[in-house]
Amino acid sequence: MKALRNYLDKIKPNFEEGGKLHAFQSLFDGLETFAFVPRTTSRIGSVNIHDAIDSKRIISFVIIALMPALLFGMYNIGYQNALAAGTLGEATLLGMWWFGFLAVLPKIVVSYAVGLGIEFTVAQWKHEEIQEGFLATGILIPMIVPVTTPLWMLAVAVAASVILAKEIFGGTGMNIFNPALVARAILFFSYPSAMTGDNTVWVAGKSILGAGFDVTSADALSGATPLGMAAQEGFAGYDQTTICNAISGLIPGSVGETSLIAIALGAALLLWTGVASWKTMLSVFVGGAATGWLMQAVGLTSIQWYEHLVLGGFAFGAVFMATDPVTGARTEGGKYIYGLLIGFVAVMVRVMNPGFPEGMMLAILFMNVFAPLIDYCFVQRNISRRAKRAVQK
Amino acid sequence: MAKVIKLRKGLDVRLKGKAVPEVAAAVKAADEFVLVPDDFVGLKPRVVVKEGDSVRAGDALFVDKLHPEVKFVSPVSGTVSLVERGERRKLLSVRVKPDGSGAAREFDTKGDVKALLLESGLFGFFRSRPYDVTANPEDKPKAIFVSAFNSMPLAQDFEVALKGQETEFQAGIDALAQLAPVYLGISAQQTSSALTVAKQCEVNVFDGPAPAGNVGVQINHVWPINKGEVVWTLGAEEVIFVGRLMKTGRVNLERTIAVAGSEVKKPCYVKAFVGQKIDSLLEGQIDTEKHLRIINGNVMTGLKTSTDGFLAAHATEINVIPEGDDNAEMLGWIMPRFNEFSTSRSYFSWLLGKKREYVLDARVKGGERHMIMSGEYDKVFPMDIYAGFLVKAIIAGDIDRQEQLGIYEVAPEDFAIAEFVDSSKLELQRIVREGLDILRKENE
Repeated sequence: MKALRNYLDKIKPNFEEGGKLHAFQSLFDGLETFAFVPRTTSRIGSVNIHDAIDSKRIISFVIIALMPALLFGMYNIGYQNALAAGTLGEATLLGMWWFGFLAVLPKIVVSYAVGLGIEFTVAQWKHEEIQEGFLATGILIPMIVPVTTPLWMLAVAVAASVILAKEIFGGTGMNIFNPALVARAILFFSYPSAMTGDNTVWVAGKSILGAGFDVTSADALSGATPLGMAAQEGFAGYDQTTICNAISGLIPGSVGETSLIAIALGAALLLWTGVASWKTMLSVFVGGAATGWLMQAVGLTSIQWYEHLVLGGFAFGAVFMATDPVTGARTEGGKYIYGLLIGFVAVMVRVMNPGFPEGMMLAILFMNVFAPLIDYCFVQRNISRRAKRAVQK
Repeated sequence: MAKVIKLRKGLDVRLKGKAVPEVAAAVKAADEFVLVPDDFVGLKPRVVVKEGDSVRAGDALFVDKLHPEVKFVSPVSGTVSLVERGERRKLLSVRVKPDGSGAAREFDTKGDVKALLLESGLFGFFRSRPYDVTANPEDKPKAIFVSAFNSMPLAQDFEVALKGQETEFQAGIDALAQLAPVYLGISAQQTSSALTVAKQCEVNVFDGPAPAGNVGVQINHVWPINKGEVVWTLGAEEVIFVGRLMKTGRVNLERTIAVAGSEVKKPCYVKAFVGQKIDSLLEGQIDTEKHLRIINGNVMTGLKTSTDGFLAAHATEINVIPEGDDNAEMLGWIMPRFNEFSTSRSYFSWLLGKKREYVLDARVKGGERHMIMSGEYDKVFPMDIYAGFLVKAIIAGDIDRQEQLGIYEVAPEDFAIAEFVDSSKLELQRIVREGLDILRKENE
C-alpha cells in the first residue's frame, strides 16, 4: 500500500502542468483518487473539517444497489434462452447465469469504454476532475436495453447521450435529462425494430463461447414481454403465473428490469443509505397505482393496478431512474408531485397509447422537463412569503 | 418565562478534545499583540499611529477610512512595533509590544453611549446584517441581536467566560438597550440567571442542534430581516467588554477562550486578550513535530493559522486538529471507514452510537463537483430559506434572485454545517462571502 502511494507520488509530477504526460492528467487523477482518499486539505476561509461522504461513495452505492438486478438479469437471460431452446431440463443454474454474463459483459464494456472515454477527454480538455456520474449511467444503460441490442448501436447511443444530454450542459450535476434514459430513447426512436421490433429482441438465441443454446425455431424466439402482450391482447389470455414470474423476474424483458425482488433489494439499500429519496420513490408507486386503479375502474383497461407496478420497467424506473437527484425535483415538496406525475404519465402512456406498450422511459424524461417548473412553484411560495413579510413590517 | 424555539434541522458533530470547563492557570505572557483590519469584515482601514509611538490600552491604532469616528484600539499598553503593509500598501496589521505597565485610557461613561462605544473602539466589534460586515454608525438598526451560545463543535461554552462577569454582562446589555431593542438568544442547556432572566432585553431560548447558536438563525426565527432593514449583532463576550467599559471607564479586551481539539494535550480555558500571540496560548499543549492545523477560531468557521499567528478579533476559541495531508487512506469509496464521521449511512460509523467522539482531520475527503444531491443543505439549515437554490443563485451571479431568496438574512457562518455535510464539497462559506461582497458593492 505504502509502496503504491510512494510510486504515485513519484510519477505525479509527470502529469502536472508542463510534465510530459500532462495529456493524461485527468486519467491519472481519476485513478489516484480512486485508489486513495484525496489528501487535499480544506482551503483558508472555509470549513476546516468535512463529512466523509463524497460523490464517489454515493455513486458506488448506486452501483452496489444495481448488482442484485444485474446478476439476476444475467441469470434470467440464460433461463429465457434455455426456455426458448426447450432445453430447460439440461441447463444448470450456474450455466444459465454464465450464458447471461457472457451476453451482458460486452455491453457493459462497450458502454463504459465509450462513455468514460468521452468523460476523460472532456475532463482533460476542461481541466476538471473526472466526474464519477457516468459510472452509474454506464451500468444502467446495458440494464435497460434488450439483450440482443447490437454493440454498435449501444456505442452510438451512449456517445450521443453523454455528449448531447450531459457534457454540453456542463457535466454531471448540470444535465436536464437522465443520460441513461436518453441513451435508451435514442435507441428506441432510431432503431425501433431492435428495441421492440416483432418481439424477437428479448431472448438471446445464439450460444456464446459454448455456453447457452442455439434456438432453432424462430417461433420460440418471439417471446413478447408480458406487458407487450397485455397491450395487444389484454390480460385475459395470460395465465396467472405471470404475476408470480414477474415478481421473481423469470419473464422476458430488458436485462435488469424483470425481477421485482432484485429491484427491491437495491431499493432497500438506496433508501437505507439515504442515497435515493423515499419521497420520490414512494410517490411514483402511489401515482402509478392510483392511475392504474382509475383506468381499470372506468373500464379503459383490463390490467389490474398492481400489475402495472410489477410489469415492465415501472419498478426499475421508479427505484433507479426517477430518484436521480440531478434531473428530478430538488425541493422536498416537489419530490412528491414529481413522483406522482411520473407514475401517472407512465400508466397513461401504457393504457392510452396504442403504439407503446411501455411508458416509464417517456414518463421520466417528460417529468425531467417539468421538474424545474415544480421546484419553481415551491421556491416561489417561499419568495412571496418573504415579500409579504416585508410589506407587513 | 422566555419563549422556547425548537429547531429540528441541523447537526451536532461530536469532536474529540472538548475543553474542560475550567480556567487554567495563567499562561505565558505574550511578547506581542496585533490588531488585524481583515478581522473586521468590510473595513477599509486608515492607520493613525507610527512605529515607535507608545499607546495605552484603548488608544486607537487605526480607524475606518469612510467613518473615521469608528476606531480600533490597542488591547494593551506598549509601543507600536510594526505597521505591516502588503501589496499596494494594504494595511495588514498593527503590532504592539506590551510594556506591562497596564496603563489604560480613561473614558467618560456619562455621555452618549454610541459616542463612547465609537471612541473606545468597542463599536468596531459590532457587525451588521445584511452582508455580515462591520457595522456602519450611520445606520439605524431595528434591533441588536446577541447569541449567548455557540453550538459549533469545540466551541467556547459562554457560561465559563460569564462566570464572575455577570454584572458586567448585564451592564453591557443595558448600554446596548440605549441604542436599539436588544434580543438575547440562549440555549436550553444554559442555566446562569444572568442569561435566563437578563433584563432590558427579550430573551429567547433555542433548543436544537448546530447551527442553533448562530445569531443569523436566531434572527430568522425571532424577527427576520427584510430588504432595507439593518440589524446589528454582537458577540456575547463582546457585551462583557461593553459592560466593563461602562463600569470602569477603561477598555479591557480580555476573553476566556477555549483551547480545544483532538491534538491539544489538555483542552481547557485560558484568559487571553484580543490579538494575543498564539504561541503563548498553546505552550506545552501541542506536539510541534506533527502536521497540525491550528485554527484561529472555530473548526467550522475559523481561519488556518500557526503558532506565530495572533488571536483573531472575534475568535472565542483556538482549535487544533490534524492536518491530514500525510494520510494515505485506500479505496475510500468502498471501505467501511468506522473512524470517519458521516451523516450518510453509507458509512458504518452510525453503528458505533451517537455518543462517540471523532478525530477529524482537515482533508476535504473528496473532489469538488457540481451540486448533485438535493436537500443536503436544507437538512442542516434551520431557516425559512432554500439554501441550495440561494447558493445556485449566488454562483450564477443573479442578484435579483439572491434578494428574493433571502440573501440579506444570511452570513457565511450559517452555511458552515451545510458545507461540512456537502457531498459535492463546494466551498459554501467562500461562495456566500463573495456573493455578499458583490451585492454590497452593487447596492452602495
